[in-house]
Formats: sequence, structure tokens, C-alpha cells
Amino acid sequence: MPTKLDAQVPSSAPGGADDALMKVRDLQVHYALRGSSMGRLFGAGGDVVKAVDGVTFDLRRREVLGLVGESGSGKTTLGRALLGLVRPTGGEVRYGEHDLPSLSERRLRPFRRKLQMVFQDPSAALNPSMDIEAAVGHPLQIHKLVANRTERRERVVEALERVGLAPVERFLSKYPSDLSGGQKQRAVLARAIILGPELLVADEPISMLDMSVRAKILELMLDLKRDLDLTYVYITHDLATAKFFCDRVAIMYLGRIVEIGPTEEIFSDPKHPYTKALLRAIPEPDPGALVPRDLPRGEIPDAAAPPLGCSFHPRCPAAFEKCGWETRDLRPLLEQRWLGLDEDAYDAERATIGNLDSLDVPAHQVRLSPGRGRGPGDVEALVQRAREADPQEPLWKGVKRLEAQDGAVAVDFHEGEDPRLRPAGAVEVACHLY
Amino acid sequence: MTAARADVPSYAEPVLSVADLRVWYGTERGPVRAVDGVSFDLRPGETLGLVGESGCGKSTLGRGLLGLLPAGAKADGEIRFKGTNLLQAKRRDIDRLRGPELGMIFQEPLTRLNPLMRISEHFEETLRAHEPQIGKEEARRRSIDTLRKMGIPPTRYRAYPHEFSGGMRQRIMIALALVLRPAFIVADEPTTALDVLVEAQIIRILADLRRNFDTALLLITHNLGIVAEACDRVAVMYAGHLVEDGDAREVFAKPRHPYTRELLRSTISLQTTGLHYIPGAPPDLVEPPPGCKFHPRCPDAMVVCGAQDPVAVQTASGSRVACWLHGPADRIDEGGTARMAQEEISVADEA
Amino acid sequence: MAITPTVEVGEPQHDSTHRSRLARIAFVIATPYRQSAGIARAMLVVGTVLTGLMVLVAVFAPLIAPYDFDQVSDGGARFPKQGEPSGTHWFGTNVQTFDVFSRVVWGARTELKVVLMALALTIVIGVVLGLVAGFVGGWLDRILVLIMDSLFAFPYLLLAIVVAFLLSDKLGGGVTTAAAAITAVYIPQYFRVVRNSTVSAKEATYVEAARALGAPPHIIMSRYLFTNVIQSVPVIATLNAADAVGTLAALGFLGYGIQPTEAAEWGYDLNRAMDDATSGIWWTAVYPGLAIVLLVMALTFVGEGLNETLNPTLRVRRLLPVVLPPRQPAAPVENAIPVEKAEVGRDRRTGVGGSPADPETSTTEEGGR
Repeated sequence: MPTKLDAQVPSSAPGGADDALMKVRDLQVHYALRGSSMGRLFGAGGDVVKAVDGVTFDLRRREVLGLVGESGSGKTTLGRALLGLVRPTGGEVRYGEHDLPSLSERRLRPFRRKLQMVFQDPSAALNPSMDIEAAVGHPLQIHKLVANRTERRERVVEALERVGLAPVERFLSKYPSDLSGGQKQRAVLARAIILGPELLVADEPISMLDMSVRAKILELMLDLKRDLDLTYVYITHDLATAKFFCDRVAIMYLGRIVEIGPTEEIFSDPKHPYTKALLRAIPEPDPGALVPRDLPRGEIPDAAAPPLGCSFHPRCPAAFEKCGWETRDLRPLLEQRWLGLDEDAYDAERATIGNLDSLDVPAHQVRLSPGRGRGPGDVEALVQRAREADPQEPLWKGVKRLEAQDGAVAVDFHEGEDPRLRPAGAVEVACHLY
Repeated sequence: MTAARADVPSYAEPVLSVADLRVWYGTERGPVRAVDGVSFDLRPGETLGLVGESGCGKSTLGRGLLGLLPAGAKADGEIRFKGTNLLQAKRRDIDRLRGPELGMIFQEPLTRLNPLMRISEHFEETLRAHEPQIGKEEARRRSIDTLRKMGIPPTRYRAYPHEFSGGMRQRIMIALALVLRPAFIVADEPTTALDVLVEAQIIRILADLRRNFDTALLLITHNLGIVAEACDRVAVMYAGHLVEDGDAREVFAKPRHPYTRELLRSTISLQTTGLHYIPGAPPDLVEPPPGCKFHPRCPDAMVVCGAQDPVAVQTASGSRVACWLHGPADRIDEGGTARMAQEEISVADEA
Repeated sequence: MAITPTVEVGEPQHDSTHRSRLARIAFVIATPYRQSAGIARAMLVVGTVLTGLMVLVAVFAPLIAPYDFDQVSDGGARFPKQGEPSGTHWFGTNVQTFDVFSRVVWGARTELKVVLMALALTIVIGVVLGLVAGFVGGWLDRILVLIMDSLFAFPYLLLAIVVAFLLSDKLGGGVTTAAAAITAVYIPQYFRVVRNSTVSAKEATYVEAARALGAPPHIIMSRYLFTNVIQSVPVIATLNAADAVGTLAALGFLGYGIQPTEAAEWGYDLNRAMDDATSGIWWTAVYPGLAIVLLVMALTFVGEGLNETLNPTLRVRRLLPVVLPPRQPAAPVENAIPVEKAEVGRDRRTGVGGSPADPETSTTEEGGR
């Protein structure tokens, strides 16, 4: 069993700041939404989804960098942008002398030899009508690295042996549909390494595989890295494998890196509340483990209309004034309160406030109008009741002013500030707490 | 969790009692023995986690229990639900039971909700179809109440499915299954499509089920962590057979079947310091190996394992294990306990 | 060790023993015959046999037909006009004193030529245009879709007549013109199908993977998309072949098809037999008409049979019946219940970690066979 220490041996070579394989600076990938339902809802067209929104990091030679996040965090888009498979809308990806996003597709092609990708679903990543020999050897033909079929076969056999698809003769003429998931992923790895790449971006390479083979594929990837001097970007939602597999981890949330640092540091002393929450949420196959009770509420917000301030603030148990509390946070608060009320109490409170939809606009100020037959005093009393019922709720820290005014209740929030990545101990974290 | 477990009296009559159930599918090559002699009991309010690698018959078993078998499948044995054997019941009778008595929660909730119907319509139609005697007001009250317990605020009662996030939709699906107060629910990988944090929220809801409803739940999952957190009992399935089942804590703390042990070891968790895996792949269910189905991959295989079907051994605590390591010793022939010479399992056979 | 990876239940089983390319092709061709069931299978078999017969007749026409298609005399003796079927003229002769049997046999050859040529042209043009339009997208796609849709909207026979009329000056009234006219009619169908499946296949991970490998667009189209988007082409091709036979006959009937001096053509013969019918001369119309019906039916059967087998929404898969073998007597699980009940009251902890020698363990058999 190779342990992580073994795997680290080659990367323990001296590596200063200049040892960066790739330098990513303020990388942005924005998508414009056309006539979406969201656009119609808000009465405004041309929404922009910021899939990756200003990401900066250095990728060091021979390291395994984990990009960890939930769906919609932009981790997959970021991984593809590193390889030029997705066109960034801004920022730089410096690879050696070149800035990859500025190159045309044609000029990018030679770089693909050095920058490879492993996909999540090995069944989908292989052309169903190409046999393994053709599929694994095709990169050689594309880049005209082999003169004939014999030469190609030699290289393919070598690659298949390296990924452990042995006896090789049994696999050369097989089609992807004849192979199991683990075998297919090995073939995908063989195809990726056959060109002798420097960087492998692995997008959830084991999440579609069975429990019993996941460890095998990870072990193979560690072996390949050691033997071939590879650098990995490991994209995953699974913190447990990231902890085992990565040297450094970047936690992503809504297109941003919220925390990045050495794996040990992130796991032993997580700084960002989101990282902490993720760590708590992992179901552990430990009979003593209890169901985590203090999970962040809600889900990842719509990337087309991200929260103001820190994008994690609506779910954050530690958020305060600076984090950007806003109008849209009031509605879940009220709804959460109403979950616990009995029917009559709910009906009474619901009728107190007029139109809840006014709470769906991102703003730091809102006027809550009373419902029919109610006055602003009733609304204010309701909000005060909610506050008294749960004074610990972080939202209240963000409320600057709450008063009845011109037949409605005005709620003003403190202006928030978007946190930037800042060094905090051994890691960098984007959170106002640090 | 301990407290919750004590609420379930273990002497209560089982709501579902499965005896020697077999479900075989027809294919071009012959029958696939997806479920091949499975027996277990499920008591009211109990949550049983069903785990195993993919292709071991978990989903077929789950669907088979609800009478949802594909064309060309045959089943025999006994599924005794509240006194009737579902395998002998008429199709129409089972269809009538499905909903009010037998519920199902699927992996992908969006495909199960009609995008053109409001959530309220989904609930009211379900209630009207199965419990026509209750009035509109009562139906509304019950629906909102169930949704509330799942964390869906009443303000969203009249919204459309697309207005909810993935986790909310799964909560709605769970509520929709629970609003009829079925005695037994099968949840097939209910959190696989969800994010880590949302998954944890749903697991919490499932773990709390027994507090709010006395529904028996069969939770099918490949994630052992979910079983540890949400289930009272666990059943480990391999190649159509239950190889071990018992109290979740007990099985996780002291797995007795080598397959359970290896499955636990090969799971990568935050505590993982070294990689471990099971060589080979689950067997082809058209031609399963003789004897114990796990013996070709088993590190502890003995001569008897390749020759004779294992016998389920029961302990005082009610857990069972079907493995020759645990006996019965008197049924093993002379020399049967000798270590089996294992052939090398190459990658060629891997999953 | 006889372990093969498990295959998801219901997935088509690929025979992993086949080795050579030829064997694989044979395997793929045989697939619909092995997988079909019921009516689909019957249609497929009947259609294949009938089509096969027609093809044989066409191929061996010079050997089968006693006379040439435009022969009016034999050994100096002129054939009778509208002569009844007899020993020398099995199907009789027609108004032009041609031998009807020979015309029918030679006609099969003409049909085959025209249909094959038209299909080849249509498939090549339709598939290439569809692939390019689907892959490149943008303006090219929009323009091509517009052209194809307007061709599709045009009444097909009218379109064929116009094309035949335009080309008859340059290519004459022969097989090539007829094939070209039919080609124009059917291109939009292939274009649509291939374009649509290209548009969806373009999103597949393996196409992105090919891009990540550095494959330029023409390689992606030829090596990654082509084989995966032409899968529905065989079905459409057989159905179109049936349709094309009808179209060719219609063209001939209307006088825009193949001229009688170029080749024998059933549609033309039918037209010339129109007046005979009223005067009780049945053989000039029945035999060519029957030939058209037979060939169209045969090809339709093949096409529908293929469609029902290969189209996943219509497919009825042939399954081997499941027979559950009887169990061994004395269902042992019955024993489990009393054992369980008897032990409920005991202390749970004592049972933990029961070993084979543990006196507290009892046995029940699971799933005996």
C-alpha cells in the first residue's frame, strides 16, 4: 500500500516560487444567459453566470492540487479553463512563456500534448465505436508522433501496461462497452499519459466507480505521478479522497476560491466556515458517528444572482455586519420561523406582511408593506418577535435600522464587503473573520 | 440515535417479512440471478440500510418488494406485508397498496414531479386518489404539515417544481411519499444526485423519520457513511445474496463477513491513511461461481467456500452472517477448512 | 477464473470473443436478427427473403430473361402484339410487342440500379452535409437547414419531376437522371437525422475528450462523430429504398422517368398497359404492378423490422424465458423465525462477535436451492 508519504517523495525536490508549472491570475469564465426563466422573472435580460469569478493561484510542479466544491462551485469550469477547453472571459493562465487563453484553438493544439484531462464518466469519455488500441493510440496519430501501426501498437502496449491493463492482448481489440468501469478509467488514463504530459486535470476520476475499485484507481494515479513526474489538478466534491490524495486543496464556492492551503492545514484547522461545514457534513462509516445537527441551512444560491457581499453569508453561522446581509435573506428567515409555528399562528403572521416577493430583489434596503387590514406597527412587532425568538441569528447583526415609516417598515442593512483571499496562518482564506 | 433505537420495540410484529425471495431476469444469455434467496424482517419504524457494490441486486430487491419488476422477470419466495403475501396478490391489489401502504423514493426527484403541476396539486391529487374520504381542507392541512416536517415552508405550497432546488425537490418527494403514511418505504439512492451539504440535510431527515412517522424504511445506498448515520440495521448484499445483516453499530464495529470487512476497509474516509481495495469484480449473475459467491475475491477463502453454499448463522443479537468462517463447523467436510489456493486476480477481472 | 465483469441487466450483451473486423461487422449485421422478437422478427425475415429473391432476379436477369427488354422479334419472327401468356411468352406480350416476363425481370435490374445509385448519392450528400452543419453550427447550419426544410416542404413527386426534367437534357432519360431525381427527394431526410444526432453527439464527453487530445475538427467529425451519428441511417435507408421504388415507378408512369429504349421500367409499362385493362388484356398490367408491390413490400418489411428492433422506443427484446428451478425441500428459512423469537429476550451484548465455536449461535440456511 503506498501511502501519501511515498507519493510525496519526488515532489519534495526543492521548489521555490519559480517552480510553478502554471500561474493563474484573476481567471474569469462568465456565461451570458439568453432569455432564461430567471431573466424573465427579474424582468431583465442578459443575466451573467459567473462560473469562475476571479481565481488566482499557482500550480506547482509535481503537486496534487485539489479543487473541492459542490456542484455549481465552478470547479469543473476552472479545470477546463486551465486546459483551454473553456474560453475564459478574463484573466491569465500562464504556462511557461505563454498565456493560454490568448491563443487560438489551432495554436493551443500543440499544448494539448502536455496538458491532459481525465473525465468523470469513463464510459462517456471513450468513443463507443473505437477499440481500445485505436482510442489509446489516437493521440499519437493526431500529433503525428508515430509513423505506422506497428509503432503505434508498441506505444499503446507500453501505455496499457503502465496503467495495469494486463494482459494487454486481451484489451487491444476490445470496445469500451466490453470493459468494466475501472478498466475504462484505466484506458482513459492510458490515453492521457501516452503523449507524455506534464499536467493532468482529473475531473472526479473516481466518483462514478464502485467503492471497491476507487482505491485502485487512486493508487494507479499516484504511481503514474511518481513514475512520470506528473502534476495533478484533482477536481472533486469528496473531501475524504482529497484529504488522502492532495498536497494542497482549494475550496471553491460560487466561482471563487474561499480557502486554499496545504492539505494537512485545511483539514486539521479549517478556517472558512464553509470548509468547516463541508468537513462536518461528510458521512463517516463510523458506528460512533452522530448525525451532524449544525449544518448550514439552504443550498448553493443561483449563480446568476449571487448573494451580495460574501456569497456564503446567507448560510454562514458566523456571518456579521460586513458580510453583506441583504433583503433576500429576510424571506428564508421568516419562512424558517413559520415552519415551527402552528397553523393559526402562521396564518396570522403571513397575513401581516403584504407581498413577500418584494424580498426577492438584491438590495441593502427594503420596505415591508403590511398586509390588508394590518398596520406597519404589526409588521414591526412581527419582525421584533422573530428577533426575540432567535437573537443568535447572524442576520440581526447585519440590520442597521428597522423602523416603521410611511405606512411600511423600512429595513436597512449594513453595506457588505466582498472578502478577498488573504493569508491567514499557513493558508489563504477569503473570509472577514480573518 | 441510541434513544431513537430504543423507541422501536424489537419484539413488534414485522411489517414486512421477506422469506427466501428470488428475482430472476431473463436475458439473451439466460436468467440473471439478481436476487437469489434473500430473507429479512423489517419492523415498524425501523430503517434498514441495504449496501453493496453496483450490480449486486440491491435495486432489483428494492423494486421487487414493491412489485415493480420489469418484463421478463420472475419472482418466488414470500414477501409478507401485513399478513398478505405480495407475490401471490393480484396485480391490481398491489397497485392499490402502492402509495398508501408501500412508498418509493427515487434518486432523481425532478423526473418524478410533473413540471406543469403545482406542489399543492401533486399532494392534493395523491391524497384524493388514495383517500377520497378526506375533504379538501383536511388534505391541504395534512400536506402542509408533512411538508413542514420536511422543512418546506407553507409559503411555497403553491409553487411549481422548477422553483425549488434539488435538495428541496427531494424533500418534497419524501413528503409526497409520507403524506399517505405508508407502512413501508423503499428509498433507492435518494441522495446520490445531491451535494455534500444537502445530502447531509436529507440524511438527517431520514434519520429523523422514525421520530415523526412509524414508517419502516429500506434505504438502498452504496455509501456506507450514510448507513452508519441513518440506519438501525444494515444488510450487506453481494451477488444476489444477503451475506450479513444486523445492528448497524455492531456490523460496522465488528464486521464478520469478509466482504463487509473489505468493503469497509476500501471506503475512503477522512480517517483513511492507506489505500485498500477488493481485487476482482462482482461475479456475472448469469453464471455465478459455485459455493460462496464471494470466494474468488475473498482473502480468507477456504476449500469449503468454493464447494458448498454458505449457511446463515445467527447470533443472539439477531445478526446473521452467511460465511463458512462462522460455521456451522459440523457441516464442513473433512479438510474443508484448509486455505483455498487463490488464483491471481488480474486487472482483467476488475470492476 | 471465470469472472467476467457484470453487465447491467438489460444491456445488450457484446460477445467479447469476436476478434477480426469482419467478424465484428457480421456480428453487427446479425444483431437485429438475434435481438428481434414476434412480429418484428417475422417481418424482418420475410422482408429479407423477398428482397433477396428480387436482388437475385436483378443480378441474374440476363440468364433468367428469355429475351432482351427491348426485343421485339426472335429469330426473325416478330412477337405478337398484346399476345396472351403462352409457352414462348410466359407473361404474354404488350402493346409494344415486348415480352412482359423479360420486361419484368429486366425491370428488377433497373430498380436495383436506380435505387442503389440514388441511395449512395443521398447518403453521402445527406450525411456529410448533416455532419458538417451539426458540428460547425452557426450560419452554415442555419442556411443548410433552411434549404433542406424548403426541399422537404416541396411535394416530393413534383420535385423529382422538376429535377428529372432539368437533368434530362444533360444526362438523357436514363438511369442516372432517374437516380439524381430521387436523390434530390431524399437528401433532406438524411440531413435532418444526421444533423440532429450530430448536434446532440457533439456534447458527448468523448468529443470533448477528442478536443482535449488536440484533435482538429475534421478528425473529430470523421473519427468520433461519424460512426456514432450514422446509426439510424440503415433503417431510414431501407424505408427510403421502398419509397424510392414507388417514386421511380411514378416517374416512369408519368413519362418523366427512364425512357423505354434505355431500360425496362415497371412504371412505364404500367402506363402503357392502361388502355389494355378496359379490353380484357390483364397480363400487361398485373405483372409489372405485382413486381412493384412485391419489392416495395419486401423493403418495407425489412425497414419496419429493423426499426422495431433497433429503435429503443419500439423495441421488443427477445428474452429467454426465466424458469426458477425448484428449491430443495423443507424451506429452511421457516426455522429462522422461532430461533429469532426465542432469543429476543436475551442480553444483546452476549451475541457480539460470535465465532464458529460460539455456543450461542444457531444456524439457518439461507437461500437453499
